[in-house]
Amino acid sequence: MAHGESSLVAPYFRDIEQQRETNTLGMWVFLVTEVMLFGGIFMAYAVYFYNYPEAFGEAGRELDIVLSSVNTFVLLCSSLTMALAVWACQSNKQKLLVIFLTSTLVLGSIFLGIKGFEYYEKYEKALIPGINWHYEGEFPDEAQIFFSLYFAATGLHATHMIIGGTVLAIITMKAMRGFYSAVNFDTIEIMGLYWHFVDIAWVFIFPLFYLIERY
Amino acid sequence: MAVTSPPLDLKGHDQENYLNWAYGVKSWLLTTDHKRIAILYLISVTFFFFLGSLAAFVLRIDLMTPQADLMTSDNYNRSFTIHGVIMVFLFLIPAIPGVFGNFLLPIMIGAKDLAFPKINLGSWYVYIISGMFIIAVVLWGGVDTGWTFYTPYSTTYANSAVVLTVVGVFLVGFSSIMTALNFIVTIHKMRAPGLTWFRLPLFIWAMYATSIIIMLGTPVLSATLILVGLERILGMGIFNPALGGDPVLFQHLFWFYSHPAVYIMVLPAMGVASELITCFSRKRVFGYKFIAMSSMAIALIGFLVWGHHMFVSGQSVYAGIVFSLLTFAVAIPSAIKVFNWTATLYKGTIHLQTPMFYVLGFIGLFTIGGLTGLFLGALATDVHVHDTYFVVAHFHYVMVGATVMAYLGALHFWWPKMTGRMYPEALGILSAVIIFIGFNLTFMPQFIMGYVGMPRRYHVYPDEFQALHVASTLGSTVLGIGYILPLCYLIWSLRFGKEAGPNPWGAVGLEWTTSSPPIHTNFEVTPVVTTEAYDYENLEEEV
Ligand SMILES: [Cu+2]
Repeated sequence: MAHGESSLVAPYFRDIEQQRETNTLGMWVFLVTEVMLFGGIFMAYAVYFYNYPEAFGEAGRELDIVLSSVNTFVLLCSSLTMALAVWACQSNKQKLLVIFLTSTLVLGSIFLGIKGFEYYEKYEKALIPGINWHYEGEFPDEAQIFFSLYFAATGLHATHMIIGGTVLAIITMKAMRGFYSAVNFDTIEIMGLYWHFVDIAWVFIFPLFYLIERY
Repeated sequence: MAVTSPPLDLKGHDQENYLNWAYGVKSWLLTTDHKRIAILYLISVTFFFFLGSLAAFVLRIDLMTPQADLMTSDNYNRSFTIHGVIMVFLFLIPAIPGVFGNFLLPIMIGAKDLAFPKINLGSWYVYIISGMFIIAVVLWGGVDTGWTFYTPYSTTYANSAVVLTVVGVFLVGFSSIMTALNFIVTIHKMRAPGLTWFRLPLFIWAMYATSIIIMLGTPVLSATLILVGLERILGMGIFNPALGGDPVLFQHLFWFYSHPAVYIMVLPAMGVASELITCFSRKRVFGYKFIAMSSMAIALIGFLVWGHHMFVSGQSVYAGIVFSLLTFAVAIPSAIKVFNWTATLYKGTIHLQTPMFYVLGFIGLFTIGGLTGLFLGALATDVHVHDTYFVVAHFHYVMVGATVMAYLGALHFWWPKMTGRMYPEALGILSAVIIFIGFNLTFMPQFIMGYVGMPRRYHVYPDEFQALHVASTLGSTVLGIGYILPLCYLIWSLRFGKEAGPNPWGAVGLEWTTSSPPIHTNFEVTPVVTTEAYDYENLEEEV
């Protein structure tokens, strides 16, 4: 064990190696549950898409393709900066670490801002089932299901972004105080795994809802 | 194996252990010690067990007469719902993993704690918050959907505290995910040197399989409950046929979790059985690998059979046929276990002590519960007995007959380890016998009345069922006495019980090599494992 490492190891671990492997595996196992959580919603989507393909196509056209494409790009960039943050931490570049973490945070916030605006648009156009719902199209009931699932899926995703963003903000503040280093990078790495997962979840949501009639 | 342990004094002048290691309410409520968290779980699941039993007892009293004299139908619905919700989500699912999994898993694998002690404490808090939601539901007047929350009744028509209940159940799912995550990672990464996968105690294999089911199943329930909540609060129509939704989809999603949940409840019990049977027959378990792998097979196949709850719900007949076949398939690994336990008993040196009474009861009752499950898995038979007391009796044989029996067996077996004290043996055996008799008296009549057509969830019924209902209620009284007895003498034994010593049963397994109660860090030095599990033959030689 290198000098100074022992203070980083919790008493119930043998060494820092075991601790790191344990923490990383913990996040991977957690992500499996996340896959199943989103999977439940996607399952419901699959069933209704199979039942009502035209209605879903029609309803999908109401969504904002421009804003969502920008948002997809923003989120992918945030994944890149997150990956760079992990690299910066492992190679002990403190300044870069803070820069990359902050940009991830900013990009994540932009995503949520745009998402919020999209929700507002839906509200204006009376496309929120149960809250403000008035649909002119051919299949109002089926479209209602489409939008219910849309809000369930994107809402769940946004919740993950908010939770992730909060944790990221705390980590960024700690990073500013030089808490992380090339021997103590678990937290950054695990944060990265989570962030990439949330990103991937969006990569599924985006085509399912926004691109559904544009194939 | 080293055996050193001076007698223990709970007031704590001599030996240090996890109980006297720190004092005060704070040292308990903020503890990250897996053993203390296990005790917190023990207290809370016991509370909810008796709360849920109370609800059941009220039902049984009402069912003594064919008329509705004790309760209105509405209150009856609320009572059986709260009974089901409390027993399934706040007792059966967390009981064995929360209490014995938490306490034993790190010790059995020679670790100092679980991988994420703070998450472990968090899981208990989430459990408690969820319990408070459920208690709030009771105070609010209850919920009347049944523990299954079938839509569109639950989302549109039910006039009771559905949302509160759904939030409570959502949270308790979170709690079990936290526990399961901890268990999986701990088993993977924190085993003592020399403790290979096939040297693990079978209880650990059972916990591992259970945790996998929790990880894969619970999130789907969470997603479903989110949709139910949205539908109930906002009036979205995902499962509402009036708005183009599909209520059968809800049933698919619900049972995708809730059938495997049966194995979340019974697999830990099977793990307990393997430990107890080997110890009280002083014999190596028969077919170790088969038992270990059958746990994994159950975890896997258990995910492919949910449709057997929906044979009459409008799912396609062909789906029904496939689900029926798969249901027969999932019975095979359970049968393997029963045969292997029986083979372990064969020519063993049987010691008939309380835990062994419980586990023998477990095997018998689980066999009945399992075999009647095959009746229900057969399409044609199921159409006849669907939604009758036959189903009620079947799953009570599995959940109460098997899981609660194993839970109590485990409680008696590891009580000396957890508290350092022995319980009174004669009373232990007496209560095990009372519970066995009371249980059969309660639920055997339900098989009969269900078979001749008494539907479940009705409290007004034709006169000819009365004799069977009265028998069942009498049985439940006996059963109740059987449950209250251990509560009394176990508490009594905390102060007055004989000191146990590190290994009162002469059992093998790492937990018996450390003191009773174990010290805060479990072991003085990390143990090194050189033999396979249940090495009773060599233990005899050593002694
Ligand atoms: Cu089932």
